Amino acid sequence: MNEVPVMVTTMVEFTLDGEAVRVPEGATILDACQREGIDTPTLCWAENLTPVNVCRVCVVEVEGSRVLVPSCSRPVEEGMVVATDTERVRTSRRMVYELLASSVEMDRADPEVHAWMEHYGARPERMGDRSEIATVAQPVKIQDDLYVRDYERCILCYKCVEACGDDAQHTFAIATAGRGFDAHISTEHDVTLPDSACVYCGNCIGVCPTGALAFKTEHDMREAGTWDESEQQVTTTVCPFCGVGCNLELHTQDERIVKVTSPADHSVTHGHLCIKGRFGWQHAHA
Amino acid sequence: MPDLYFGATEEATEAERAAVAEVLVGFGAVTIRESERLVHAGRTRTRERRHLLLPALHALQRASGWISPGGLDHACAELEVPPAEAYGVATFYHLFTHEPPAATDTVHVCDDVACRLFGAVDLIDDLRAEGHHVKASPCLGQCERGPAVMVQRTGASDLTVTAVDNGSGYGPVAPAEVAVAIAGSASTPSVSLPQAGDPGLRLLARVGVVDPTSLEDYRAHGGYRALEASLAMGGQQVIAEVAASGLSGRGGAAFPTGVKWRGVADQEGRPRHLVCNADESEPGTFKDRVVMEGDPFSLVEAMTVAGVAIGAEQGWLYIRGEYPVATERLAHAIAEAYDAGLLGADVAGSGARFDLHLRNGAGAYICGEETALFNSIEGYRGEPRNKPPFPTTHGLFGEPTAINNVETLVNVLPVVLMGGEAYAAEGTERSPGTKLFCLSGRVNRPGTYEVEFGATLRDLIDLAGGVPEGRVLRTVMLGGAAGSFVGPDSLDMPLTLEDTRAAGASLGSGVIMVFDEQDDMVDTVRRIAEFFRDESCGQCVPCRVGTVRQEEVLVRLGRGASIDDERDLLDDLAAVMKDASICGLGQTASGAVRSAIDLGLLAGASAGTGGSNTDEGSAT
Amino acid sequence: MEIEEADVIVMWGSNARNAHPIFFHHALRGVANGARLWTVDPRRTGTAKFADHWLGLNVGTDIGLAHGVAREIIAAGLTDDEFIANATTGYEEFVAFVEPWTLEHTSSVTGVPAEAIRDLAHAYATADKAQICWTLGITEHHTGVDNVQSLCNLSLLTGHVGRWGSGLVPLRGQNNVQGGGDMGALPNKLSGFQDVEDDEARAKFEAAWECTIPPTNGWNLTQMFEAMGRDELKAVYCIGENPVDSEADAVHARAMLERLDLLVVQDVFMTRTAEMADVVFPAALGWAESDGTATNSERRVQRMRAAVPPPGEARQEVGIINDLAALMGDDDWGQPTPQELWDELRTVSPMHGGMSWDRLEAEGGIQWPCPTEDHPGTSFLHGRLWERPAQGRLAPFSCVDDRPPLDVLTDEFPLRLTTVRALDSYNTGVQTEHFPSPIRTGEALSISTTDAEALGLVDGERVTVSSRRGAIAMTIEVEEHLAVGLCHTTFHFPETTDINQITSDAVDPKSGTAEFKAAAIRIDKLASPVAEDRAAEDRAGDPASTNDPVGTHA
Repeated sequence: MNEVPVMVTTMVEFTLDGEAVRVPEGATILDACQREGIDTPTLCWAENLTPVNVCRVCVVEVEGSRVLVPSCSRPVEEGMVVATDTERVRTSRRMVYELLASSVEMDRADPEVHAWMEHYGARPERMGDRSEIATVAQPVKIQDDLYVRDYERCILCYKCVEACGDDAQHTFAIATAGRGFDAHISTEHDVTLPDSACVYCGNCIGVCPTGALAFKTEHDMREAGTWDESEQQVTTTVCPFCGVGCNLELHTQDERIVKVTSPADHSVTHGHLCIKGRFGWQHAHA
Repeated sequence: MPDLYFGATEEATEAERAAVAEVLVGFGAVTIRESERLVHAGRTRTRERRHLLLPALHALQRASGWISPGGLDHACAELEVPPAEAYGVATFYHLFTHEPPAATDTVHVCDDVACRLFGAVDLIDDLRAEGHHVKASPCLGQCERGPAVMVQRTGASDLTVTAVDNGSGYGPVAPAEVAVAIAGSASTPSVSLPQAGDPGLRLLARVGVVDPTSLEDYRAHGGYRALEASLAMGGQQVIAEVAASGLSGRGGAAFPTGVKWRGVADQEGRPRHLVCNADESEPGTFKDRVVMEGDPFSLVEAMTVAGVAIGAEQGWLYIRGEYPVATERLAHAIAEAYDAGLLGADVAGSGARFDLHLRNGAGAYICGEETALFNSIEGYRGEPRNKPPFPTTHGLFGEPTAINNVETLVNVLPVVLMGGEAYAAEGTERSPGTKLFCLSGRVNRPGTYEVEFGATLRDLIDLAGGVPEGRVLRTVMLGGAAGSFVGPDSLDMPLTLEDTRAAGASLGSGVIMVFDEQDDMVDTVRRIAEFFRDESCGQCVPCRVGTVRQEEVLVRLGRGASIDDERDLLDDLAAVMKDASICGLGQTASGAVRSAIDLGLLAGASAGTGGSNTDEGSAT
Repeated sequence: MEIEEADVIVMWGSNARNAHPIFFHHALRGVANGARLWTVDPRRTGTAKFADHWLGLNVGTDIGLAHGVAREIIAAGLTDDEFIANATTGYEEFVAFVEPWTLEHTSSVTGVPAEAIRDLAHAYATADKAQICWTLGITEHHTGVDNVQSLCNLSLLTGHVGRWGSGLVPLRGQNNVQGGGDMGALPNKLSGFQDVEDDEARAKFEAAWECTIPPTNGWNLTQMFEAMGRDELKAVYCIGENPVDSEADAVHARAMLERLDLLVVQDVFMTRTAEMADVVFPAALGWAESDGTATNSERRVQRMRAAVPPPGEARQEVGIINDLAALMGDDDWGQPTPQELWDELRTVSPMHGGMSWDRLEAEGGIQWPCPTEDHPGTSFLHGRLWERPAQGRLAPFSCVDDRPPLDVLTDEFPLRLTTVRALDSYNTGVQTEHFPSPIRTGEALSISTTDAEALGLVDGERVTVSSRRGAIAMTIEVEEHLAVGLCHTTFHFPETTDINQITSDAVDPKSGTAEFKAAAIRIDKLASPVAEDRAAEDRAGDPASTNDPVGTHA
């Protein structure tokens, strides 16, 4: 009687880049691509967050659909015919990167972002001279000793809002404010983070793909020119602060912890931590 | 629901508290009985009240002229909404402000495509010179009497300001008239209908004839006969008649109304909703306003017929915030209908429930997109949802929802009274019935016109008195900013769904905006691009950044850049916006620009058509 | 986590929002999936604010409330009779025992409205899958064990135990308190929860370890302090514990430690206990500087790994202990690796038998019992109770008495003080004081608006807080909606506000846990200029003043 319930899953068959593919009902096109080894770029998608399908970089062509569809959120349907590498798909993906990179500082984005930009031949400079076109350039926000918010690197992927909200922390300290190109991530009335509801779980930083949100430790080292990921090790261990057993990934450089993350695929944390787990490590170097 | 944190240093004012309290009447607080060491609260109660956020924000704005931190915190505490989320919602709408007000009254002057032909930019300057607090506005839906002016007030109802109707239409508004209106001395503008008295009118028959504030007068002019008939024939039959009529959506997408209703009616056992999309914001569109101002009871009746037919107990009428007169008339009509037992728990003694909630938008074109409208009603940012799932199964509050435009709904009254087949006999085979068109720009009698489907573009322009003496028609914006420009060679095109589609154009919301040879088309097209940039919700990258880059190209063209140098970029922007945007705004944001290029309307700036990638050939 | 699939979640004496944030994140997923969340707590905590229903009981009346719920379940005919008949004992006696706990009587004892007790009973009993989760709000009472048993009764009445999605969930306060027990760091257990007083078990260990194990149970912490008082315990080797700051009635604890002939402290910090020690062994951090395992609240054994070397003279704890053994004359211990020690454990603890080091690496953790290498581990316990016939010992109902806190309220000490936790601090603060938390607000005593008015106190005022054991200076934090007569504070800043000078010295005789949750106190305005000065000094040590009540922000 100690079994866990076994879920019976129905399989759905569809055509993916010309091949017949079977996936469990409810799987998204992106899930299917990942199973089949079809590399697909993503920015706003993360395995531990609800898909918001706003970046549109994962779009694919679905037969019978007037427009391209976001693979991250569209469930596979029986008989669907999906193409992931058509001219239309390539154009849209390239343009998404060009639009973002022409308006946002992308230099601290995840390495795969740069690989994809190269893959699709993105040339953001053709949007015009940076000084003459609209960008999100703005001063960095440093309002406490733990967080740095550098919104000129923000691509508005909504991940931090999700991590602060329903998908993890349920604190709702930040939300998207404003509209259109002026849309931005903000506390209420743009009050400082210490004056907001923020409880410094760091989950927003954990999901940020472009370095717009950073731990102050990392930011300071980057500014000082000492941040060197090639010299860093990542060690997984267990958080010391309660009995839940959250896994911590300790990023160390020169025998010192420089930041803490958590594995998104671990059943205990789903990649999320609390302030103690995220920042309590400093006693190791006290 | 969550353990919220309220950090505002100032308290809400008494006026703000009172305003929020008024919104909450009938709903009570989210948490109850804390003093008894017992609280019933939680997700469900919070969810049941979240839709009061938008009304609460309106109440705060009206009470103190801005959304103050203390006021916002107070509303959030009452509704248990996180302040950061509420701030995100409030800043989404352009009618809400977030700094202490500069003046008691804010004068919104439309400087959009039609009104800028008639001195809007000068009027803004003049009003500012006289000390008014002025904001340039996108289309205010009064293109027949431009430049359009709306005054947003603190502590009082908003106003629409028009000049006096001189018999052949409205003259332009002068600064003095704005001052008079603010002083409270102007009467509510009446609806002016060029076709008034024409016996052929159906949807507009009562406009300008009936007293829009009197249920009795409405009944005297045939009102509520359709409801009576529909209750007698039953919901299934009503849906069958609507299906047989061939009525299709008048909001732009032209989806068959009967199919939509059937889909919702089939979701038996789940709570269902009927939503009226009265967020008429497409530049150049004002027909729904004319119906709502001139014949508000007809919309209330039509919604009741529809709601009862599809088994929806809750109706939601979402009207744009820039329509104070229509809002007031509808609020009055709804109250009268409740008093007369025509709304509520027992509609006209039928035993069916139908409640009607009136909701105001707050300055966001995108909320006319159906799923954005749902989010707006629900108290979230008006960001469109990805589809599927569709509203028929997952609409308002995630529940089955039929959403129809005002014009679509008022068509239901003749369908019920005439029968679907008789209705289908009019118009053309594939576009049955009559259609409302909004004539503006360079015509002698701008206004709302009702014609049977099949009339040509030339017929409509003639009906509106033709192009003024001494001017030559150059192009017509058909269907709105989301539509396209057509040239003089399209004047004989019948304005039906099928003929416009075949021509690669769209009827859209029925906009016919006429431009002549003297009008600055580069500026007009740039203004359209600016409109989309301003109205993009900002959610998806193609639209958020694409509309900005498109506008930048048009600014460069205005400064003399060559179209040939920008063509590749415009093509790519059009491709990504059309293919990869979440909703129709981004998908159509390049349409007018593209058609203008194809027609050579931007040729003043440079080369005109040509190049390798022009699709569908130019019409010139 | 099973809680994501529960229909009813009862958080009883647990402010998981602060103390177990990531567990609570799973609970909220359950809520998002449709679960109804109930909280039982004297305060409307952060956790309670998420709940559908909050029941604000009087401090220390948990057993009464549980009995009231039990009686209502029985009276309403909502019991799982098949389960009771086949898997439990003592039901008839229990029914008679709780009979007096009518809704009205329970309400009068607990302060919770009768209808709320009824609603909780019905919601819990009629749910398909229901879980009761608790933390120190249940255990840090002199009736802690009885409190737990009173909650177990509810699960037995309704069959909400031993099934997927249902159960009883004690949330552990420390990352390896479960693991310490697993390894036998209990006065009455050997590794794998085998009884010290079981001759057969002891023989097995004696053979493996080649030594003789005393055949009687040892002392728990409370008994140790009592033994110090009797001068029976003269030497203490204290590893990773800071009793000077963490024991209730700290003055007494310090006095007892001072009586010792020898105090050896092994810790990662120079704690206030270490400052009293004769010998201090600086130790490596368990979680970041050592290799080993930890067992979490769901019995999941996970690997801990060294990421950085220990600073200065600090050493691996295993090395310290082994060298000590050698110095004491037994040099057979050698220098085993963590994996070798683990493999040895697997030979004597059957429930760990199947957890090879390689599997722990590959699977990211395994829940015990896991007897063999092909066993997947065990998601929930007590499934045996659903076998027919039920396997093993049947589950007994417990007729436990409702007994109020021992530190009774009187005219002299009229207010109830309970200790709570802030989100960003951990226990006595030695590990969390080192990071610059923007939400740390220092210590304050929260008091209800009514009490503050009655005492003429204003928000932010410094006062003297005294109990039968001592007095300290504190800052007042007036909290709207806090129950009249209730005060609370954290205990994370002992160096500036030594709460445990005033907490109760009552302990649960069964568990040895102190009654931190219920002290009787009085509050006096600061009288003398001397006291003002002292208060000012104290305050200078506070990281911040009081714009945000500790714990309510989080």
